[in-house]
Amino acid sequence: MFINQVSVFIENRSGRLSSITKVLGDNGIDIRALSLADTTNFGILRLIVNDPKKAEKVLKDNGFTVSTTKVIAVQVEDTPGGLYKTLDCLQGANIGVEYAYAFITRKKDGAFVILRVENNEIAVEHLKDCGVNILSEDEVYSI
Amino acid sequence: MYWNKEIETMPREKLRELQGKRLVDAVERVYKNVAPYRKKMQDIGLEPGDIRSIDDLYKLPFTTKDDLRDNYPFGLNAVPMSEITEIHASSGTTGKQTVVTYTDNDLKIWGEVAARSITMAGGTNKDIVHVSYGYGLFTGGLGAHYGGQTIGAATIPVSAGNTKRQIQIMRDFGSTILMCTPSYALYLAEAAEELGAVNDIKLRAGIFGAEPWTEPMRREIEQRLHISAYDIYGLSEIIGPGVSGECNFKCGLHVQEDHFIPEIINSATGEQLPAGQAGELVFTCVTKEAMPLIRYRTRDISTLTYDACECGRTTARMSKPSGRADDMLIIRGVNVFPSQIESVLMGINEASAYYMLVVDRKNNLDTLEIQVEMRPEFFSDEVRVLENLKRKIAKEMESTLGLSAAIKLVEPKSIGRSEGKAVHIIDNRHLY
Repeated sequence: MFINQVSVFIENRSGRLSSITKVLGDNGIDIRALSLADTTNFGILRLIVNDPKKAEKVLKDNGFTVSTTKVIAVQVEDTPGGLYKTLDCLQGANIGVEYAYAFITRKKDGAFVILRVENNEIAVEHLKDCGVNILSEDEVYSI
Repeated sequence: MYWNKEIETMPREKLRELQGKRLVDAVERVYKNVAPYRKKMQDIGLEPGDIRSIDDLYKLPFTTKDDLRDNYPFGLNAVPMSEITEIHASSGTTGKQTVVTYTDNDLKIWGEVAARSITMAGGTNKDIVHVSYGYGLFTGGLGAHYGGQTIGAATIPVSAGNTKRQIQIMRDFGSTILMCTPSYALYLAEAAEELGAVNDIKLRAGIFGAEPWTEPMRREIEQRLHISAYDIYGLSEIIGPGVSGECNFKCGLHVQEDHFIPEIINSATGEQLPAGQAGELVFTCVTKEAMPLIRYRTRDISTLTYDACECGRTTARMSKPSGRADDMLIIRGVNVFPSQIESVLMGINEASAYYMLVVDRKNNLDTLEIQVEMRPEFFSDEVRVLENLKRKIAKEMESTLGLSAAIKLVEPKSIGRSEGKAVHIIDNRHLY
């Protein structure tokens, strides 16, 4: 039910982001979605990949600071207001969203949203009640 | 123009005699009243009677900043607290501050030596002395203040900060002599230019110290503020600003030798070096009552000359310090030791003990960036968590250093490890 997201610390130094993508590429890891949070002097790269375990290992082996976090992936209608249904549901249950990022794909209909919330279990329960389509690990990794 | 002509122009033989007499007295006092000094002397089999003149100075043990830390806060005091009338403090090498104490007479001496420096810069009781050093535990503000009052000048305790008000006071009160750090003088010059006030201010001299500065900086300050700029030297352990200062010939800083006996030593061996040779500057306080430090190692690298100065003064002149025998940095006039930063980081779980200090000067203000390695297990995918960590480190640093620093989180193991003496500092200011 939960997706493993790989997060990487990026120091504000030129070439850091490209070297991460090189390590992943050299090891045959496919990026499904990514989001980059940047502050004035560091960034956090969040990645959804086809093989999070391997991604974490190869990045660590190459000296990167990595952590894996459980996040929720939902499918929303790719129409105006599509995301609202999901967020309204969480809001109604008073569940805060730390961050979210969206992506679309050619292979599947609809848009996909990665949600990082305070409490995954409670969030999933409410989302199900609201009829939100929650994606499984396999579904996401193989998108 | 002299403040104390008799002392400042005294024939050297007579001055040495006076120093010797005062040294004998100071050694007797510390032996009798300061247990750590008594022990230091006893450890090398030295008794007060062995010190008969200034030629015996080399026999005495040194005092270091560590001695002040070990005897924190008042263990080196030679008088009871009832006689202490003022206490100051500056950065120590680790968590503890370096505490210095003064009796009423010590404050008079301080006023006297600072007055000599202001007089060397042409100051008289007709002047309006504008003090923009920080007032507080730091000795800069009050030392300059006592000097200004001693010469009878109208002394304005403006303290540091609030640049607009500084310029307004200069303009409206007619300040004629500015006392602050040289970098702050440049900052004020810039502010005065921006406010179009340079021609409305009446400054004619500036007496700058508490941090290293260069000849090009002096020229820049002089041109931009239309003043003559003088160097003043001091450290709180000895008394504060006024230990030495420049006369109008600006060929070294005249040491107020009747109060502070200077020596240059080889930092490694502790041997006295002859005049003209560069080494570590050492001072012995021979007149101070509360905390008369004996052979205090300043860690400043300098040289001494005893040649007569064109100004007529016979006192020894020290060269502007050309560096440090330790890794102390002076940032915005505040002494910073890398060991202080290390001790803060040791107390923060999320950070490793590796760090890099980047010191720079932007718009004439010193900046300090501390690069800190985050420990990998504390990395979080949430910005908030890392920002909180940064804030926590910044707060701890500010409270320990007395100076705000920008914290930059860097990747674990990204700061170079070296096998020998670790390189912790990048100083882009090139002040020496």
